[in-house]
Amino acid sequence: MAQISRRTLIKGAGALATAAMIGKPALAADKIKVGFIFLGPIGDYGWTWAHNKGREAIDAALGDKVETIYVENVAEDASAIPVIRDLAQQGCKLIFTTSYGYMDQTIQVAGEFPDVKFEHCTGFKRADNVSTYNSKFHEGRAVLGTIAGKMSKSGTLGYLGSYKVPEVVLGVNAFALAAQKQNPAATVKLVLIDSWFDPPKEAAATETLINLGCDIVTTHTDSPGPLQILEQKGLFGFGQGADMSQFAPTAHLTAIEDIWGPYYVARAQAIVDGKWASADTWDGFKEGTVMIAPYNPAVPADVVALADGVQAGYKDGTYNIFTGPIYAQDGTLKVKEGEVMADADLATIDWFVKGVESAS
Amino acid sequence: MRLKLEKRPEPSLLMLVAAPVASVLLTMIIGVVVFDLIGIKGAKAVMDIFLTPILSPVKWQDVAAKAAPLIIIALGLSVGNRAQVWNIGAEGQYVIGALAAAGVGIAAGASGGPDVLLLMIAAGMIGGAAWGGIPALLRTRFNVNEILSSLMLTYVALQVLGFMVGGPWKDPNGRNFPATAPLADNQTLPIIVPGTTIHLGVAVAVILPFVFWILMSRSVFGFQIRVVGSAPNAARHGGFDAGRTIWLAMLIGGGMAGLAGSLEFSGMLHKIDLGFPSGYGFTAIIVSFLGRLNPIGCLVAGIVMAVTYVGGQMAQTSVHIPNSTAGIFQAMMLFFILASDILVRYRVRLLPSAKTVGAGE
Repeated sequence: MAQISRRTLIKGAGALATAAMIGKPALAADKIKVGFIFLGPIGDYGWTWAHNKGREAIDAALGDKVETIYVENVAEDASAIPVIRDLAQQGCKLIFTTSYGYMDQTIQVAGEFPDVKFEHCTGFKRADNVSTYNSKFHEGRAVLGTIAGKMSKSGTLGYLGSYKVPEVVLGVNAFALAAQKQNPAATVKLVLIDSWFDPPKEAAATETLINLGCDIVTTHTDSPGPLQILEQKGLFGFGQGADMSQFAPTAHLTAIEDIWGPYYVARAQAIVDGKWASADTWDGFKEGTVMIAPYNPAVPADVVALADGVQAGYKDGTYNIFTGPIYAQDGTLKVKEGEVMADADLATIDWFVKGVESAS
Repeated sequence: MRLKLEKRPEPSLLMLVAAPVASVLLTMIIGVVVFDLIGIKGAKAVMDIFLTPILSPVKWQDVAAKAAPLIIIALGLSVGNRAQVWNIGAEGQYVIGALAAAGVGIAAGASGGPDVLLLMIAAGMIGGAAWGGIPALLRTRFNVNEILSSLMLTYVALQVLGFMVGGPWKDPNGRNFPATAPLADNQTLPIIVPGTTIHLGVAVAVILPFVFWILMSRSVFGFQIRVVGSAPNAARHGGFDAGRTIWLAMLIGGGMAGLAGSLEFSGMLHKIDLGFPSGYGFTAIIVSFLGRLNPIGCLVAGIVMAVTYVGGQMAQTSVHIPNSTAGIFQAMMLFFILASDILVRYRVRLLPSAKTVGAGE
């Protein structure tokens, strides 16, 4: 099924490319170019797929004034520098670099092109022409944790992560804390695979988690591979970055959807209006950057109500999973009763909460 | 009628050189045809992938930066491959080399300049060689297959990298993201062509092939490597020690990979993070064979490989073809070279069909 849709996708891309060539000469000169650097293939159906949706949102909203181009599968090493530079040389006025690993590369190229604006996703280094933006994915993880804590029979949950970076640590902690609210004895087994997109490795790690007794696995890597394994075994999981239910109709309980479109359109509009300014944006449920996909019929009504309650709480500001008391893995009290962790502390977190079992 | 492959007594030099060139040309022609068939302007796509990167006034710099580590690693691997010592773990040796250089940089603190840089590069070579020395030790002492051990040590190296950049060497100002602190300016390789991104490491990659060429064709060591590889028995009778050859091949392969790692680290991004290992060590194996295990061949092959990478990325935005296209071109090229290799070394003869069962022919 995946292959068929991927093939149609390529065909579609081919048709788009030819269409773009036919319609090009008259308009291209007047349009403002916006460039995108993508980590994976746009057909990963996860992280990069969601960013590409955001790019398409610009085309749809501002297509008469803005033209978008992108480069996919860009490695997060020094070789990203020439790729970003290439977009600037091609005349892009705004360039989105959509993964943490492009941070220093973005800063370096931004120094060479002071007139080009840059937007770096999930990093923290800014400049007059470099903004950073991120999404509070951990708010979504709290919803998944609530569902998993309530639905797991073994009380042993699996978390398939990429790297030990604050974003992943936050996700793990939010997931574990939310699950423990439903089942105080719940534990989360964590495996990090040192990659964001590696379907075979993701599948193998999922098998490992299942063998360790996990009956629900959430993934912080970008492919639907793990869900397909869970589907085969009759277990449950969640989509990452996008609704992945087509790959695992039974196993897919719901998904965190990354909605970048509104932000991308707003930033491109700011370029058109000449009002762009460097900023740091960290939005979540409230702003619509994080959304929860439709629930699987397998999720009971009371669990749906709990999950909806978490979402509503984030929207009206009455819920925050990082409210004390919170204990670290070794049992030390990290956040006192009633205290709420500040965004600045969340952004640099490097410790796991009690109940997370990890190698590091 | 049936086909029979007959070994040629001596493959002609012309054919040895012509085969890779023809392979590249054939790849380009097939590319044009296939792209035209699926509705993309084939000639433009192939131009963008193979020619624009070298002709454009800025793109050649990217090609040079990408080719440098490939060439340096491939040079070292070619020595081993000639002697039939198979080092698959250059990626790990590249990582350890970069880490060793980073260690020296961190230990040097605020001091920098040419002395510190030379020390960093030397540490890189020693680090890479040491990592390559482990499979050599295992092979000579315990007869462990070096293909397996060198490959598996790559994964160990990645774990070492993850541990160092996420633990002891984590940038204190890095917000707990796993990466080393950026190098101070006086610890980075100088730019040798003003106004470009060409750093000293690129010059090293251009000069080294000629050094290796002289070493391999003129020295006793080069002779030893060639003899051990092509005629192990004769080598033993001639008094060449097989164990010593394994050691030398692995140390040189590892040392070169480590050199490439330290140059990439101090010349390009100036820090090491989890994205640092991106497969140069594996691609260099292809470069080594594409260059026919010849140092000058490696220089050319490294450039060709880098061109397809840079061109593939450019073609994404210029003719809107997916990135995997570059991978397909690389695979096609390698396929043609390996296939033509048979025709260079063997001659095909048609024989009248015989009654005897010619199994295996």
